[in-house]
Amino acid sequence: MDFLIFKAPMLMVQASLDGILLGILFALIAYGMALQWGVMNIINIAQGDLVILGGYIAYTIYLWGIHPAWGVIISPIIMFFVGWGLYKLVINKVVDRDLFISILATFGIAIVFQQLMNFIFGADVVVAQSEYGTTMLFDNSVTLPNSKIFSAFISVLYAVALVIYMKKSRLGRAIRATAQNARAAKILGVDTEKVYAATFGINAALCGIAGALISITLTLHPYVGLPYTVRSFMIVIVAGLGNLPAVAVSGMGLGLFEEFADYILGTEFRIGAVFLLLVLILVYRRFKLSKKREYLK
Amino acid sequence: MNKIAKLFVTFISAITLALVSFTSSFAKVEGEYIVLGSAISLTGKYSSNGVHTQNGYNMAVDRINKMGGVEVQGKKYKFEIIYYDDESNPKRAAQLAERLIKQDGVHYMLGPYSSGLTKAIAPVTEKYKIPMVEANGASRSLFTKGYKYLFAVLSPANQYLEVAIDLAVEKNGGKGVKIAQAFEQDAFSQDVRLGILDAAKRTGSEIIIDDKLPKELNDMAATLAKVKAVKPDVLVVSGHTKGALTAIRQISEMKVDVPMLAMTHCDAAKLSKQHGKKSEFALCASQWHKNLSYKDKFFGSGKKYAKDFQKEFGYDPPYQSAESSAALLVFKDAFERANSFDRDAVRDALVDTEMQTFYGNIKFGPGGQNVAKPMILFQVRCKGDDCENRVVAPTKWASDKFYHPIPKWSERS
Repeated sequence: MDFLIFKAPMLMVQASLDGILLGILFALIAYGMALQWGVMNIINIAQGDLVILGGYIAYTIYLWGIHPAWGVIISPIIMFFVGWGLYKLVINKVVDRDLFISILATFGIAIVFQQLMNFIFGADVVVAQSEYGTTMLFDNSVTLPNSKIFSAFISVLYAVALVIYMKKSRLGRAIRATAQNARAAKILGVDTEKVYAATFGINAALCGIAGALISITLTLHPYVGLPYTVRSFMIVIVAGLGNLPAVAVSGMGLGLFEEFADYILGTEFRIGAVFLLLVLILVYRRFKLSKKREYLK
Repeated sequence: MNKIAKLFVTFISAITLALVSFTSSFAKVEGEYIVLGSAISLTGKYSSNGVHTQNGYNMAVDRINKMGGVEVQGKKYKFEIIYYDDESNPKRAAQLAERLIKQDGVHYMLGPYSSGLTKAIAPVTEKYKIPMVEANGASRSLFTKGYKYLFAVLSPANQYLEVAIDLAVEKNGGKGVKIAQAFEQDAFSQDVRLGILDAAKRTGSEIIIDDKLPKELNDMAATLAKVKAVKPDVLVVSGHTKGALTAIRQISEMKVDVPMLAMTHCDAAKLSKQHGKKSEFALCASQWHKNLSYKDKFFGSGKKYAKDFQKEFGYDPPYQSAESSAALLVFKDAFERANSFDRDAVRDALVDTEMQTFYGNIKFGPGGQNVAKPMILFQVRCKGDDCENRVVAPTKWASDKFYHPIPKWSERS
């Protein structure tokens, strides 16, 4: 336990800002997960690995001499097709099945992706340089890397664009209709197969954007996908499916929680604290549900 | 297929299998070859360092074989290595070690990459009394278990950054310093940490931040914000390549000013290449550097080794390759002194090793660690965007003066 943070108000500001900026990025990944969970009832364990793959795409264009920020446009385009292909190859076979089967299938995908990335990009940890500099506040006592501000901004931009797209476009409406009742949508002429493929593609594209942002703010490695999966799972559990504002708030909440856990409990408990919170929330939810007496025991 | 045919096939396969294992169980020395075995990480998370290790081994095998091989009882032998891919997985490594020993009949082993995997293999080689010369397991715990067949050509992990603390104290006029440290929670980094704790005690220094980084970590903003607030004299970070890259990225972004920054794994992380000027002034612990003045008759000097290695594999050798090559030199020397292929004779010869290689002096302590070679520190220095690692400590080999304190970020262009 370390209470340094309460003695230095600037640390508090720093932690809060770091947490919120990071949380917005998590929220973007979680939004993709919530979307395809809601529509297809699939928990995607490979979510984090899709993120990392998106990051490697941005890193590759960086190696070609293009600024890695272009990754936030190129990476989602490529990742959309990766997601689409993945759906056609694997996911369409598990989409109507038991949740457990889908977890198993996506777990398999996660392993294959990790090994492929290791094979193609090597096991070295890599970073892409944005050279965006730093914003200094309060006489240099609070510093915010501009790359983090950029990543939060891009995340918000894409999230808003997606919400509008889901509301206004034909495909968006079809996706929402399928999420509400797949059978009814099918009867009314919605090609649910296509909707599923598009949903998975959109999810992968969101992961691509997040990955590109991670390549310039954090580090990339073929095996660091899992923490992103866990975080987005957690955010979705807290926020519920199909509730975007809640996803955003719970994303930022998680970011803040992580930062403060890091300061107070120590860095080693950072990820552990997330897991602990997940357990507490699940227990609380069950407790609430059992009070309502609405479900079959 | 009817039952009899099936039985027949089973019988034939059983015979074949038996024959294969029978013939190979005498494989320790086949004809003119001395067969060594090694489980090595060719895939998985250690694959890049695994390949560096393998390249180091292969380079030395080629060189020794070309220069006449190993002379035992008047006959010349050549080295040959059987490799298996351990997938960076300790369990798999231990299985493969068993397989090398029991099925392939290997009687002499070379180490895998990383402390974790060496730890997994050591009990196996110990059980079968197989001498193992390893070059990539530095964790102190390897040398405190009383292993009798384990020999490491490298300095133990706790020595990695001790020199850095001494250097900081020296710069502080002999008075103790304030240390902030962040270490990953793995065997290696925790041993580096123990070394720092010892050094702090010895020099009367105070540790004001002592963070432990989780394995999945790629964000140490919180640690660095604390460092900014408490202003230590030295910041020590060890978390393999990920730790080094994350630290430099965030120190430069958060403009953390510390007079001295000491790390491990800088060259494995290609720090100066990936981060360029931002990594300038970082002090890095290293087992070896090509500019050191050690010599041997196989590779000549470190510089010569680096040149030959570059020619053969197309990149500058990291210390992981150099130390792996040195392991073969140690084996050759031991075989010749033992003048026998008896495992215990070879083991006894290894105990008495005292030699110089291009990589450094080698003499094994009671635990099997190399006690004759100090760690070195280099500092990243840049001209424009072109950065290189220059040796600054110990003074005997220093090509450059240690730059201290690190200029503040506001003063750096």
